[in-house]
Amino acid sequence: MANIKTNENKTKAQSMGLHTEVLTGKTQQKFFNPDEAENFYYWGTYDVDFNKRIDLDVNDLDCKEANKKIDELMSQGYGTIVIKNPQGKHSLGVGVLNKLNLIFEGSLGYFGVGSIDGPTVRINGRVGWSCAENMMAGKVVIEKNAGSCFGAAVRGGDLICKGSVGARTGIDQKGGTIIVGGDAGAFTGFMMQRGRIIILGNVGINLGDSMYDGTIYVGGKIGSFGSDAIESPMTKSDIDWIKRKLKVAEIGENFDVTKMTKVVAGKKLWNYDALEPTEKKGAI
Amino acid sequence: MCGIAGLIHRGKSSNVGNELQAMLQALKHRGPDSTGYALYADNDGQNFIMRFKVGENVGEGSSSVNEDESVYDKRKELVDIMLKNLGAKLIKEEKLTPYSYRYEMKYDDDLMEFSKKIESIESVEILSIGKSLELIKDLGDAQAVLDRYDLGKVTGTHAIGHARMATESGVDIKSAHPFWGYPFSDVSVVHNGQLTNYWNNRRVLENKGMRFMSECDSELIAVYLAEKMRNGATLEEGMKDSLSGLDGVFTYFVATKDSLGMAKDTMAAKPLVLYESDELVAMGSEEIAIRSILPHEIDTYDPFDGEVKVWQI
Repeated sequence: MANIKTNENKTKAQSMGLHTEVLTGKTQQKFFNPDEAENFYYWGTYDVDFNKRIDLDVNDLDCKEANKKIDELMSQGYGTIVIKNPQGKHSLGVGVLNKLNLIFEGSLGYFGVGSIDGPTVRINGRVGWSCAENMMAGKVVIEKNAGSCFGAAVRGGDLICKGSVGARTGIDQKGGTIIVGGDAGAFTGFMMQRGRIIILGNVGINLGDSMYDGTIYVGGKIGSFGSDAIESPMTKSDIDWIKRKLKVAEIGENFDVTKMTKVVAGKKLWNYDALEPTEKKGAI
Repeated sequence: MCGIAGLIHRGKSSNVGNELQAMLQALKHRGPDSTGYALYADNDGQNFIMRFKVGENVGEGSSSVNEDESVYDKRKELVDIMLKNLGAKLIKEEKLTPYSYRYEMKYDDDLMEFSKKIESIESVEILSIGKSLELIKDLGDAQAVLDRYDLGKVTGTHAIGHARMATESGVDIKSAHPFWGYPFSDVSVVHNGQLTNYWNNRRVLENKGMRFMSECDSELIAVYLAEKMRNGATLEEGMKDSLSGLDGVFTYFVATKDSLGMAKDTMAAKPLVLYESDELVAMGSEEIAIRSILPHEIDTYDPFDGEVKVWQI
């Protein structure tokens, strides 16, 4: 204690290193320096050629072996990988961090294509729980139904299910767009923080329960609203945006978007809107 | 986390023993402690089949107390004497393991009184009574139990099964699923989840004369449905009532002589994947279970929260 030097401008705590600062609500910004480009190397990414196509039969592989094989093929420059016989296996196609055309000829089990950043995925089958969990960017299209926790904690990209989905779709969603062509179960948009969910069919009970922010659009009937979720009027920009998204998703061609119900958060957290508008745009 | 699986062939019989084994084996990672089968077999329907145990399997990581096998034979003799006293006619008996038996018998009186008397013998538990129900449960995975009880040959119309990860009670046969819907013949239940109002319901049901053999929360479902049916409710009515009567998270299957049902709690917290066609309904905790018997591309879906479905053979 004897060595601590204090001056008039510093408190004792600051001298000890217990530094405090006034929180402004602004997010920390990092600036990219081109001179340090080598420090920004993104581990596990490859330059691939979309025209290089290969089939991969995973019938006799477990999920670790299959994912390792996908990684190996990407390292060889294959940009279009068709997975045959996934047979409902869990955790297939997770952690793909670069552009890639990934096609599954069949159904996936739990945690399919989780934590991806960039690929375009088409699943010609069904997916189990927690599909595309924590997706950062890219596009995932599921041709059939999906299980519960569809798009849990998604941060960006487009996640599209042409069939119906289970409960807790978009739980903890932090960005991006989730589009469902059919119905959705209970607790859709549970604790969602940012991003948008479009459900063309009906939704179950407790829609948008405990949501912080974000928007949910529902085309059919709503079982019930969760706490903190309220209805909001549809605007022209909402309608235009949904139409554009549905066109990209290739579903709901003749769907009457104007009759959808818009659901938003009824309460705001005390510091939640303190972001600068530009930063907020970036977060969404 | 447990794994449950069920299937029903509509209008025909199939090798349900092997089919259920494949489904449960695919779910082994969800429950490695014990495996149970409730097979609705092509029996002649004339006699009752009673499966009972006179002790526990003390190997394979069991939490049961080790007993000398000589006590098993004594208990079995007491069961035989009790059967005579009750007027039941034993047609055929099979000793499957040192601790479990399969009896074929004729009996015309009240099954509840019958079961009470048999189970008054120390450590004797009736696993099931039914004219088509063959309920088998033991420690080990699906393949081990299938081999031990020679279930590969069993043909029938429908079946439910369970791969258990013990969370609420011990690793033993009495806590293993499926549970028989005492005192109804041919009723069995498997469950994935946790029930939080177990003791409240158990107290009420015990006061009404229902019997609990274990402290496993899942047994409550079988007893709860049995009590509803005893008071005149249909299976489907009882199942719908259970959605509000049972608190917690659950997906369960219940099977009777000619039907198979599923119920999912109102939070939809436990998984279930369903495949439905005119000939076959197959369902399991994970799609991988259904794929084990239907390798070709099929359409499956997750039932929604609070959903109850019943199919007839």
